[in-house]
Amino acid sequence: MTERITGAKAIVKTLERLDVDTVFGLPGGAILTTYNELNDNTKFNHILVRHEQGAGHAASGYAIATGKVGVAMVTSGPAATNVVTALADANMDSVPIVVITGQVAASLIGTDAFQEADIVGITLPVTKHSFLVTKPEDVPRVLTEAFHIASTGRPGAVLVDITKSAMVGELDFEFPVEMELKGYNLKDHPDHQCLSAALELIKDSKKPVIYAGGGCVRANAELELMQFVKLLNCPVVTTLQARGVIPDSSTFALGMVGMHGTIAAAGSLQEADLIIALGTRFSDRVTGRLSEFAQHAKFIQADVDASEIGKNREIDAPLYGDVKQTLRFLNSELENRVDQHEQAKKLQPWWGFINELREKYPLYLDEECAQESAGQGLGNLSPQAVIKRIGEVAKEHDEDAVFVAGVGQHQMWASQFLGFEKPHNWVQSAGLGTMGYAIPAGMGAKAGRPSSDVWVVDGDGCFQMTNQELATCRLAGLPIKVMLINNGTLGMPRQWQSLLYNNHYSQTDLHDGADGWSGEIVRGDGVEKGTREAKPVPDFMKLAEAYDCLAIRVTRPEEVDEALERAAAEKERPVVVEFQVAKNAKVFPMVPAGESNDEIMYTQNLRPLSKRAAKEVAR
Amino acid sequence: MTSAAHKYTLSILVENKPSSLTRITGLFARRAFNIHSLAVGPTQIDDVSRVTIVTDETTAPVEQIVNQLRRLIYVLKVTVMDSNTSVNREIILVKVAADSSVVAERTAVLEVANLFRTKVVDVTPTSLTIEATGSATKLHGFIEALKPYNILEIVKSGTIAISRGPDTLEEAHSLGEA
Ligand SMILES: Cc1ncc(C[n+]2csc(CCOP(=O)(O)OP(=O)(O)O)c2C)c(N)n1
Ligand SMILES: [Mg+2]
Repeated sequence: MTERITGAKAIVKTLERLDVDTVFGLPGGAILTTYNELNDNTKFNHILVRHEQGAGHAASGYAIATGKVGVAMVTSGPAATNVVTALADANMDSVPIVVITGQVAASLIGTDAFQEADIVGITLPVTKHSFLVTKPEDVPRVLTEAFHIASTGRPGAVLVDITKSAMVGELDFEFPVEMELKGYNLKDHPDHQCLSAALELIKDSKKPVIYAGGGCVRANAELELMQFVKLLNCPVVTTLQARGVIPDSSTFALGMVGMHGTIAAAGSLQEADLIIALGTRFSDRVTGRLSEFAQHAKFIQADVDASEIGKNREIDAPLYGDVKQTLRFLNSELENRVDQHEQAKKLQPWWGFINELREKYPLYLDEECAQESAGQGLGNLSPQAVIKRIGEVAKEHDEDAVFVAGVGQHQMWASQFLGFEKPHNWVQSAGLGTMGYAIPAGMGAKAGRPSSDVWVVDGDGCFQMTNQELATCRLAGLPIKVMLINNGTLGMPRQWQSLLYNNHYSQTDLHDGADGWSGEIVRGDGVEKGTREAKPVPDFMKLAEAYDCLAIRVTRPEEVDEALERAAAEKERPVVVEFQVAKNAKVFPMVPAGESNDEIMYTQNLRPLSKRAAKEVAR
Repeated sequence: MTSAAHKYTLSILVENKPSSLTRITGLFARRAFNIHSLAVGPTQIDDVSRVTIVTDETTAPVEQIVNQLRRLIYVLKVTVMDSNTSVNREIILVKVAADSSVVAERTAVLEVANLFRTKVVDVTPTSLTIEATGSATKLHGFIEALKPYNILEIVKSGTIAISRGPDTLEEAHSLGEA
């Protein structure tokens, strides 16, 4: 049965038929025709954001937390360009989102019409695919294709740019419609030959490590992964994206790998004879200096994106296909081949080496740094201790709590200390590293998972990029809990300035922390001395109250628990708890950018894996 | 062999959409792959175009370039053409100054044209325009032979390539795919 309707109505109907339950957006000229079709009978919930970037990140947070496609809808021109960052962010992290943008009428395209932007052209490099729809009859098919492309294979961001003329014009609506994607082929499982090669490598290995990435989360492969790990009695390192895909409480889990990963993770990769990379792309943040990465290892790499296999590193057994299917196959073969007892015996020395690293170099809270700050008018909470406690309290109240983070030091501490037990409960911007991601993404996660508590660990810098979405959260009934780790600075760049730029803190002080601002004006020709009593600008408590949030400021360690309990108990309003933490706290371990993973620093003065140091000692 | 990287000819079948070519060339630019030559045109199949690109491996292995191209949704097929089992052709138009009053020069240019079995497609009292088709090597030789004379203008197409024998790209079992 077909029905004669406008393109605008077809957009709404198609979204409904695709089982969309939430759309984040903000209207404007070129898309008003479509907004006119939203009413009380619309089957999805539209959440009115305050900035289009927020709509995009919200779609992404929704998608990561639910595993479904996140949807955003905005108008043309500046709205479309506002959403570019979110598209790039989602695409880089393989997050399935569809963004619908309004476009000027087809007859006006190319004339520099009011609010015209060539958004398909602008976003070509940062989307999985994009469509320009100029005919109303294409609406149902293109939207169906967009959802299919976003959610299958390696997921990603898809843009659908729809002209005003396609919204106004009419079509004979029919659903479902057949897709026309001749060039889009998906690969289920790898070829048998490659799988056999992988099994041989596994058999021969005495020092294997599983290097699990975001692809395992996107493929919902956590059960298969756990079985694989147990069959092989094999240690696992997880990337920033994959935290939780193997529970941190598991004895097999060595924690995060990479620039701020654990010593055990770095040490195991560098010493391994076999690295089994699953749904991960050998990012420079993981490999360190590529030429010195895991030099003794053979490599198995499983990925659903053929172009990731061997992109940065030559691979001995490439496994092109879905990670979940691949693991299923490997597991069924290994079940028959591996004698658990023999395997455990074979890996005993390897575990001995790893456990020694684990015991000698655990993650630490660095409370000394916090104590040093006391009496200097600086925040004196240990950020690591606060974040660890957030993780504990959150999980006591809701074992399925979702954690979200911004970008910076607080993100790394969150990844290190929250403690992840499940996938899909960790939402953050890894590949693009987008400051301001957390509040809108947390909002999206809460919209998708209303019964889970959503704890947003944010930085004072990040918070100032997107906090306007707290208004959206308040009005849309999305009570997220923002844990503002306020160190009064752009902490991550400041850390680099401390370690690499001789403590020259160029343009990283935000004057929004415990030490505040006393009115000094910094100009090119010098500093005009401040005269007033120091106060933070902005005052985050006033800001939070302005958004009708529960606002709590924590300045002393003994106040932490009570604040967290109050935050956990608040079910109606968003919460902002500001923790005034030590400005000089640093994220360790750390592999200095561009250096070998062997040079990982446990503290500023200790490089436990350094071959350089070892050589010097030997001499 | 010189130190120059080995060149590859890629044949790409792509859905004929307005953005198809931009997506392909954009990919080359973004991933820092070189394009030495590019040719695009319609095929025997409606709404399918064929793009022929000559590239090299200086920045990435050819498999990487092929895999990246396959990720593009509108790309239907990508094959690396093997020069031993395919026919590769370029076309070139060369305008040479050849004054009809200097008979010796005009004759000499025409001799070169003949030697390379090319065609003179335009004649004026002061110039000759020659059309030549052939492999890149042959055309290179042709230009070298014309160098002693006064070349006014050169226009060259991208390389196009087709496999020898009855198989077509459409049916070809393309490299690396199951
Ligand atoms: C949009 C954007 N601009 C700049 C950066 C570079 N950058 C990375 S972390 C960071 C500081 C973040 O400050 P804050 O939110 O206070 O976090 P902290 O590191 O202090 O925990 C900056 C400026 C970025 N990642 N994203
Ligand atoms: Mg900060």
